[in-house]
Amino acid sequence: MENLVEIKDVSFAYGFRPVLKGISMTVPRGKVVSIMGLSGCGKTTLLRLIAGALRPRKGEVKVAGRLMNRIDHAGLYALRRKMGMLYQFGALFTDLSALENVAFQIREHTDLPEDMVQDLALMKLHAVGLRGAHHLMPSELSGGMARRVALARAIALDPMLIMYDEPFTGLDPISMGVISNLVRRLNDALGATSIVVTHDVQETLKIVDYVYFVADGAIVVHGTPDEIRKSDAPFVHQFVWGEMDGPLPFHMPGAPYATDLGLKAAHA
Amino acid sequence: MPERVVNNVRGIGRAVFNGIWRLGYASAFFLMILMRSGVSFRRPSLTIKEIYTAGVLSLIIIVVSGLFVGMVLALQGYETLQKYGSAEAVGTLVALSLVRELGPVVAALLFASRAGSAMTAEIGLMKATEQISAMEMMAVDPIARVIGPRFWGGVISMPLLAAIFSAVGVFGGYLIAVVLIGVDAGAFWSQMQGAVDFERDIFNGIIKSVVFGIAVTVIALFEGYDAPPTAEGVSGATTRTVVTSSLAILGLDFVLTAFMFRGA
Repeated sequence: MENLVEIKDVSFAYGFRPVLKGISMTVPRGKVVSIMGLSGCGKTTLLRLIAGALRPRKGEVKVAGRLMNRIDHAGLYALRRKMGMLYQFGALFTDLSALENVAFQIREHTDLPEDMVQDLALMKLHAVGLRGAHHLMPSELSGGMARRVALARAIALDPMLIMYDEPFTGLDPISMGVISNLVRRLNDALGATSIVVTHDVQETLKIVDYVYFVADGAIVVHGTPDEIRKSDAPFVHQFVWGEMDGPLPFHMPGAPYATDLGLKAAHA
Repeated sequence: MPERVVNNVRGIGRAVFNGIWRLGYASAFFLMILMRSGVSFRRPSLTIKEIYTAGVLSLIIIVVSGLFVGMVLALQGYETLQKYGSAEAVGTLVALSLVRELGPVVAALLFASRAGSAMTAEIGLMKATEQISAMEMMAVDPIARVIGPRFWGGVISMPLLAAIFSAVGVFGGYLIAVVLIGVDAGAFWSQMQGAVDFERDIFNGIIKSVVFGIAVTVIALFEGYDAPPTAEGVSGATTRTVVTSSLAILGLDFVLTAFMFRGA
């Protein structure tokens, strides 16, 4: 199967702080692929590299056959018209209604008549179940609803690649279920490819085709959801089952407890 | 002791370096706005919306301040001029003070506090809530779509606000000098008409207000765009906008006045 995204031996650092260390991965067309890992492990950086918002220090990032390392401004914007991104908290434009948020991109990139723009935006809102909330402002939407409007906005131009940056953060179980179902259904309905960056393991394993686990800037394990569930790798086991102690210790390394409490000196 | 001196020198060097770097970045930002201003003119509705936000919504503070400044000028001017038997010249004093100096300068200071700070906070919050990133991800250039219309909205609004400030100020002066104190209305207006020259006074005042408009708007937009995406970052940027804009207005006013009115 053809790969829409190909990452080869990519390294990236913020200043002198290395974040990604020689990562390689592929995302086949039509699939929903998840990148999981702890907060700060480099998941979002990886997403930003794919979106062309960052350039790798070493290695190659290819999207739809275009090398993102050397893409120019016009090429990047042309490619981004075929991408959609759902941000962690939606990033809706606060001065626009739900409908106007969805219509924004259609209006910016097409010359369609206004009534058609409105109809298309309504159809996208209908797809996420919020046609009835089209007139509401972002401040009047709940967290889950805002995320769904942002999802409608992300698919406004029927993108080939949809990226999700922590789409489940801060959602109640019902909203989380709704969003995760939409991720899968919209991907299949649009014939798109999706990358979901998250640390919500159980919800994600239900909907994705493949998982990459990132830890300390490198991919430690990858496989299908079933392979991940059955994995006996200590890090994956701890992560999937939410264990308190494991390869990632509960206690931050530090001086001996007794020394910090001054007990050693007292007994000496 | 030597170590403390070295640290102080290093601190000064760092501050100077940062200042120069930010000045360069702000200049590049200004050039970028100019180069990507096409959208602001191709879609005038975007710019008109910003003229409303920056200009129309600043009208109340401009009108009220202009009225009081004009009234105070008339009171103070009359107090001094009557000692020399030139009370009728109070209209000239009020008008020249307003169109040459106080109109552009005070209107720009008020514009910086009212509209400039709002621009910085809005852009800073858009950045903090990832709205700017979302726009970039949608292949929409935020400099062209968000910054450009705000820049032109500010630059167009500023001279209009300064003109309104001066006009209302003159009216305030008339209220005090003619209506309240009883200076002859004919003398008040005719002396003003004779003394105020369009090119030398009014046109120079307009140039000043355009320059102040460019300075305040660029500073406000740059501070917002460059603000760290945190509550503290946006708050600091808003403060910097007001302080830097005010200093820039006063500094530029001195330079412009020196060029416009030297030897006059």
